[in-house]
Order: sequence, then C-alpha cells, then structure tokens
Amino acid sequence: MAAPLISPAHDGADAAPEFPMSRDSRCPFDPPPGLKELQEQGPLKKVRLWDGSEPWLVTRYAEQRAVLGDHRVSADTDQPGYPTKATAEAGEGKLSFIMMDDPEHARLRRMVTAPFAIKKVEALRPAVQRIVDGLIDDMLAGPQPVDLVEAFALPIPSLVICELLGVPYDDHAMFQENTKTMVRTTATPEERGAATREIAGYLAAQIAKRLAEPQDDLLSSIAGRVTEGELTDAQATEMALLLLIAGHETTANMIALGTLALLQHPDQLKLLRETDDPKLVASAVEELLRYLHITHLGRRRAVTEDIEIAGQVIKAGEGVIMVNEIGNRDPEVFEDPDRLDITRDARRHVAFGFGVHQCLGQPLARMELQVVYSTLYKRIPTLKLACALNDVKFKHDAFIYGVHELPVSW
Amino acid sequence: MKVELEADKCVASGQCVLAAMEVFDQDDDGIAILLEEQVGDDQLDNVKEAIAVCPAAAIRLVEQ
Ligand code: HEM
Ligand code: SF4
Repeated sequence: MAAPLISPAHDGADAAPEFPMSRDSRCPFDPPPGLKELQEQGPLKKVRLWDGSEPWLVTRYAEQRAVLGDHRVSADTDQPGYPTKATAEAGEGKLSFIMMDDPEHARLRRMVTAPFAIKKVEALRPAVQRIVDGLIDDMLAGPQPVDLVEAFALPIPSLVICELLGVPYDDHAMFQENTKTMVRTTATPEERGAATREIAGYLAAQIAKRLAEPQDDLLSSIAGRVTEGELTDAQATEMALLLLIAGHETTANMIALGTLALLQHPDQLKLLRETDDPKLVASAVEELLRYLHITHLGRRRAVTEDIEIAGQVIKAGEGVIMVNEIGNRDPEVFEDPDRLDITRDARRHVAFGFGVHQCLGQPLARMELQVVYSTLYKRIPTLKLACALNDVKFKHDAFIYGVHELPVSW
Repeated sequence: MKVELEADKCVASGQCVLAAMEVFDQDDDGIAILLEEQVGDDQLDNVKEAIAVCPAAAIRLVEQ
C-alpha cells in the first residue's frame, strides 16, 4: 500500500499518536497494527503517553539494540524524561537492579547470577520434567474442561522459582495473587502498593530467618550479602522481590499463550508433537518468544546525555521507548516476520530485551519452556481449546501479555 | 582467528554458551570464560552468532 498513512484529515499530521496502541482483536498474536505502520514510516517517532509526555518510540530492531546497549540511557524511573507506564509507577519504590544503572546495577546483578548459569540450570531439568509430568497426571485425572493457566502454566514457574529461592511453595497463593495485581496496569496505586508490601514483608521475614540460620538456597546467599555489609536489609528484600515476580508471570504467560498460538497453528503444533529433536524444540521456544513477545509496552529508558539515533539527536532529559514487540517483527531481520515458523532461526530476537538489563532468568525460562513444549502436546495429543477463540480474554490490561484463562479439553 | 572476551562487561546471560559451547563456558558466578582463544573454521559461525547475541558487546573476533 503506497498511500500516505497519515492523512491531513487526522487531527493535524504532526500530532503525536497515542501510545500504547490497541491490538486488532482478530489478530491477538500480532502487535497493534498502528505500531507496524509507524515502523514502516521510519525508525523514530514521537508518541504521546497517558500523562501527556512525548517520548520517542524506537521502532526498528537495529536502533532498539543500539539504544538498549548504550550507557547514555537510564533505566531509573526517577530520571527526568523517563516514560512511565501508568500513574502507579511514578514515585514508587525501586524494584532493585532492573531500575538501576551501572555500576550499581552490575554490582547487584552479579550477586545473583550464579544459579542462572547454563549448566546449573541444566541440572534442574530433571526436576522440572517431574513437575511438568506431575501436573499433566493431575490434569488427566481431573475433570474437563480445565483452565490451563491455573492448573499448569502458573504452577510450573512458581514451583521452580520457589525452589530456587527457597520459599515454601505452600505460600504461593499469596504471592501469585499479589503479582497479578502488581502487573495489572489498571491497578490503583493503593492496590499495587498493598500487594507489593505484602510480598515484601513476607520475603523480609524469610530473609531474616536465613540471617539466623542459612540454608542452601538463593535467599540465603542474598542474606549472606547483608551479613557481609554489601546489601542493606531493604535492598535484599527488593532483590528477592524482583526475582520472585520477574520469573513468575512471564514464563506462565509464555506457556499459556504459546499453547494457544500453537493450537491456532496446527501444522506447527504437529511438527513439535512429532519431533524428538531437542534442537527443534529449542528453536520452537525461540520462535514463540519472538512471535509472541509478551513483555509488550516497550522497554523504557530516560536519555541522560545527548545521543544520536538514526540521524536524530535525542536530548538528555527526553524519554525513549524501544518497542521490541515490533523489533521482533522487523522484516530487515526476520523474513516474513508475521509468520510463526518454529523451524526458523529466531535466536537473535529481543524478547528478553538487550544490553546490560537483558533477562537474567533467560536460561531458566528457556529450559522450562523446552520441557513444557516437548511434553504437553505429546502427552495430550488431542489437546484443544474448550471455547471459541473470541471468548478467550487476552491481557491487554497487563504489563505482560497473555491470557487470563485458557479452558482446554482433550 | 582469535576470540577476545571482556569479562568485566559480561552480564551472565549465557547466550554465548548456547551459541558456541565448544568455545565459551561460565565460571561459578555465571560470568563467561573462554575455553579456547583460537577458533578454527568449524567454530567460526558459532562464534559469530555468539557475538551477535551477546547483549553486553563483550566478545570480539580479531584477525591475526
Ligand atoms: C519467558 C519468560 C521471560 C521473559 C519473556 C522475560 C523478559 C525479560 C525482559 C524483556 C527483561 C528486560 C527488562 C528491561 O530491559 O527493562 C527481563 C529482565 C529480567 N528478568 Fe526476565 N523474562 C522471563 C523470565 C524470567 C525468569 C524465569 C526470571 C528468573 C527469576 C527472570 C528474571 C529477570 C530479572 C532479574 C531481570 C532484570 C535484569 C536486569 O535488570 O539486569 N526473568 N526479563
Ligand atoms: S553472551 Fe555476553 S553477556 Fe552473555 S554470558 Fe556471554 S559474554 Fe556474558
């Protein structure tokens, strides 16, 4: 289509479009069509946010990676120009190192990198396989239809992260509920504050226990840093909170939304169901991460020193939003980008972000998803959606995209 | 070709290990280490992939 995308009939051709934009309800797996249009128009575009501020949207893969890899942008939500997501985010307590810049970010992140090394995560694979098999046994023994989110997608990452941190799984209902509130964009500041305080209080108590009596878990190693004087009590709690919530909703949404996407692409599901090749399974995980890009709404940063992006100088004090969901659909990088093709090499996707904040839990997320995608559809080959696609409720209103419920039968 | 790794830039993403297991590993803290500095032709593509996916620009190939 060669026609101009912005016509004078709009409220002035220069008015910045509003962000975030809505998806096309007929294409729940695709980013908002308006974003693709902006990407076609150029690498940079000013948009207007809920608070009237006008940060720059970085629309293409190459520039997105360049900016996320640049030390002149800051992840600190208190920096002038930082594009906040909703009223509740401004002025809230910091969520540990995900909202910090180097060198402090690096100092804190390195305290918890050890358990996420590839080989350590590999060693957990048999335990994750047992968890996945056990949940499938339970589903098969139970009534149909069943909500796959509640029965399968959420318990897996919960069990795994609880195990890693050393948090008793019996307490998972409390933080599952609270995490849901924390990632819901429509939550009021009061609701979000209360949810955060409840989990934080719980984690602080767990850390205090380990200060007295260390165990062999990640919370104990965080507690150890407090003993050494490297972290304050508050910093230790924030760090535990970050790990608990970052590893929770994300992976769960990839399990449920990924399953729905595969059910809607039966040829791809068949490939996955019939393969015994771990390479194809790993490739399917990368492609689903690319295609679904659940951390929608963009990676956001404040510019702290003038920086040139695609020939344009962005001034210190301005905000930038790297919309990685369309970076992952950039035709310069991914051929036929809107097609789900589990055989393509999608490893260069930016679903885990890029730069120093790139997802710390990615090896764990990958392994969990590999186990799930290589097990669920083999063990329940007739798995199907138990409602119309139209009736599935998508998480348009959450920081992390996915489905609220996924009724399935077999 | 020779691989160079700037370990103080590394953010322990593990991406290089996944891309080129014969060339990269991680220490006890998850920070990348080099298993071999000289890479033969058979490993060249994998190392290039590691460079492309490293989020911290910590890896380089140098001509000798
Ligand atoms: C499929 C699942 C997951 C996805 C799509 C995902 C995505 C992301 C993204 C996009 C970022 C970058 C944030 C930014 O640049 O502002 C991030 C950071 C992070 N993720 Fe994940 N994540 C997933 C699973 C996990 C898991 C299982 C953990 C484990 C606990 C985890 C822990 C973290 C942490 C700690 C950070 C902050 C890193 C930093 O700021 O240095 N994530 N994740
Ligand atoms: S890919 Fe880069 S950041 Fe990740 S482990 Fe290797 S060297 Fe470190």
